Amino acid sequence: MDAIILQILNGLDKGSAYALIALGLTLIFGTLGVVNFAHGALFMIGAFCAVTLNRLLTLSHQVVDETRTDFLGNPLKVDVPYMQDIFGEATGAAIIDWSVPLAILFSIPIMIGFGVIMERGLIKHFYKRPHADQILVTFGLAIVLQEVIKQIFGANPIPTPAPDVFRGSFDFGTMLGFDPNVIIYPYWRLVYFGFAAIIIGAVFAFLQFTTFGMVVRAGMADRETVGLLGINIDRRFTIMFGLAAAVAGLAGVMYAPINSPNYHMGMDFLVLSFVVVVVGGMGSLPGAVLAGFLLGILESFASMNQIKSILPGIDQIIIYLVAIIILLTRPRGLMGRKGVMED
Amino acid sequence: MFGLGKRDLTLFLIVAVMALFAPFILNPFPTDSGMAQFNAGYPDLMQRFVIFGILAIGFNILFGLTGYLSFGHAAFLGVGSYAAVWMFKLLSMNVIPAILLSMIVSGLFAVVIGYVSLRRSGIYFSILTLAFAQMSYNLAYSVLTPITNGETGLQITLDDPRILGVSATADGGIPVTNLFGLEMRSFETLNIGPWAFQFSVGYYVAAVIMLISFYIAIRIFRSPFGMMLRAIKSNQNRLYYTGLNARPYTLAAFVISGMYAGLAGGLLACMDPLAGAERMQWTASGEVVLMTILGGAGTLIGPVLGAGFIKYFENIFSKINDQVVHGWVSFLPDGLEDLVVALIHPFVGKGWHLTLGLMFMLIVIFLPGGLVEGGQRISRRLRRKPAEDDAKSASTEPAE
Repeated sequence: MDAIILQILNGLDKGSAYALIALGLTLIFGTLGVVNFAHGALFMIGAFCAVTLNRLLTLSHQVVDETRTDFLGNPLKVDVPYMQDIFGEATGAAIIDWSVPLAILFSIPIMIGFGVIMERGLIKHFYKRPHADQILVTFGLAIVLQEVIKQIFGANPIPTPAPDVFRGSFDFGTMLGFDPNVIIYPYWRLVYFGFAAIIIGAVFAFLQFTTFGMVVRAGMADRETVGLLGINIDRRFTIMFGLAAAVAGLAGVMYAPINSPNYHMGMDFLVLSFVVVVVGGMGSLPGAVLAGFLLGILESFASMNQIKSILPGIDQIIIYLVAIIILLTRPRGLMGRKGVMED
Repeated sequence: MFGLGKRDLTLFLIVAVMALFAPFILNPFPTDSGMAQFNAGYPDLMQRFVIFGILAIGFNILFGLTGYLSFGHAAFLGVGSYAAVWMFKLLSMNVIPAILLSMIVSGLFAVVIGYVSLRRSGIYFSILTLAFAQMSYNLAYSVLTPITNGETGLQITLDDPRILGVSATADGGIPVTNLFGLEMRSFETLNIGPWAFQFSVGYYVAAVIMLISFYIAIRIFRSPFGMMLRAIKSNQNRLYYTGLNARPYTLAAFVISGMYAGLAGGLLACMDPLAGAERMQWTASGEVVLMTILGGAGTLIGPVLGAGFIKYFENIFSKINDQVVHGWVSFLPDGLEDLVVALIHPFVGKGWHLTLGLMFMLIVIFLPGGLVEGGQRISRRLRRKPAEDDAKSASTEPAE
């Protein structure tokens, strides 16, 4: 029992990332009908927003500290971040410590802007082109973004720590009445799951309860009619693209402490996220979220030693295997709508 | 002749002549000149031209004719390489059985993958093939390590059995791949004045195989079977309405295309008996797609051009470093020179992939038909010009 709960918990954080990326992909697909192979790159750019903010906040200048000396007896030079000059020592240190959560605020305008520019500048011209062309051009864009990031930040992963409070792990098992030291779970992963749940809830609420969301949903169902009613649906879809980019970016920002950002993290997630979207059903938002968590948890179950000893290597292929089975038995995916992508 | 039409025959002969004289054509600069680094006429690169040409020709049979975009073709390349290296390990260092086995194994592999993937079309097909390729890649790194030797890659060693050959040469070295005694890596150098032309056995073996594959591809393009595949691309539903089942045809195209990829993988292993899982990665699949698109999907010569183009620029661009760029722009004032070098720097050397990605985007955006279409547009414009000098404004390109 405790092992099962542990695996479910372990699957949650990866599942959250899959769900967030797949949600963005589905938003773009459902509104604009475009298959965005550059979505993984957006996730990566989000993670590098966190890295950038961290670097900006830790910009520092050297100050001679008279009270301390180095081993030669000279006064020691200490790096003092500008943040500590501006906000005082304690507040400045706290701001730096909380750089990853702060990066959420920092990244939202960047990602929305990026998404809107991408849609207006590139994707717009590909609505009437075949899906193969859309895949290819966004694939090219993904390569370009990835290489640009590589030029700027280098090829090595950049550790980006979570705030001090959330570092380390806690004993989740004792809260549920299990023996201590059975279910140890890092704080940040729980934060990530909570964050993902909030974002997913916010996106659904936005679509469900606002006028804007209602128009977008109407546009997803029948774009032409909404256009004929005199609503500028293209502009709203552009904003939705920005929103989807922001969701991917936020998923990346918060993922930075779990896995140090490197330039190819987007590609690694992209392939899996596509599989998630297909399993969930092309164009179905709840399907994408459900499939994201489902596959994340399945993956973590498959990496249990007991299962690996029966079926070696199953952890490497479980997601693809599930996708293949689903596609062959339920071609529309778990919750796919009728008539989407059935040309 | 050979059952080809007049235009196809001309095309085939041009390709054949180009392939046979490639060591001259690709070596236009004297060895001691500063331009010698742009020469492509050395065996290793020429082999890659023709081998990736085969891969792209095969991919084009699937994508160009049926419109099914496979994102997992690198898996067949990898499988072909592994099969060939195993043949070298177990049977002999002769390349013929290795190539045959790599084609058979990748063909079987393609039957399985194709049977499953072709149940869906469009984007689903792309994702299914991608999933299969990633699965093979992951498996090659983990569970299948006894067969694939994991991260180290599969190599030939001194204690391999090699039933029909020898485990080690007389002087205790590892035997080299050969075609009935002709060693793949051996080459002759012909010195004419300042030029040095290299004729490698490996290149000519690969080139002959490429020509055979190209010939078969032309025959497929012109056959009723090829016509059927084109019908699938233009409207599969109508084909079903007329009572034809399209799936056997697409499966056949998929398997043929997979065997071409396996052949290319086998040849890669023949030139350098080493197989690694990174050949199966999905970026490698993306590269095949790019070659075909760049040259022109659905045309005969396009994929060969695209493969050559990409491999050449990959090689040349990644060789250019800052010093070389400094050499080019040294006539500029110092400050400006540094600026130009700094501007070019991200795109050359290790930044080759950035150039590749940009090229990919530009081609898809502005020239979806690839180099072949670009050439056609230019020639059409040149031909039209004298007649339509007065009506120039009318000859604008149609909006994209």
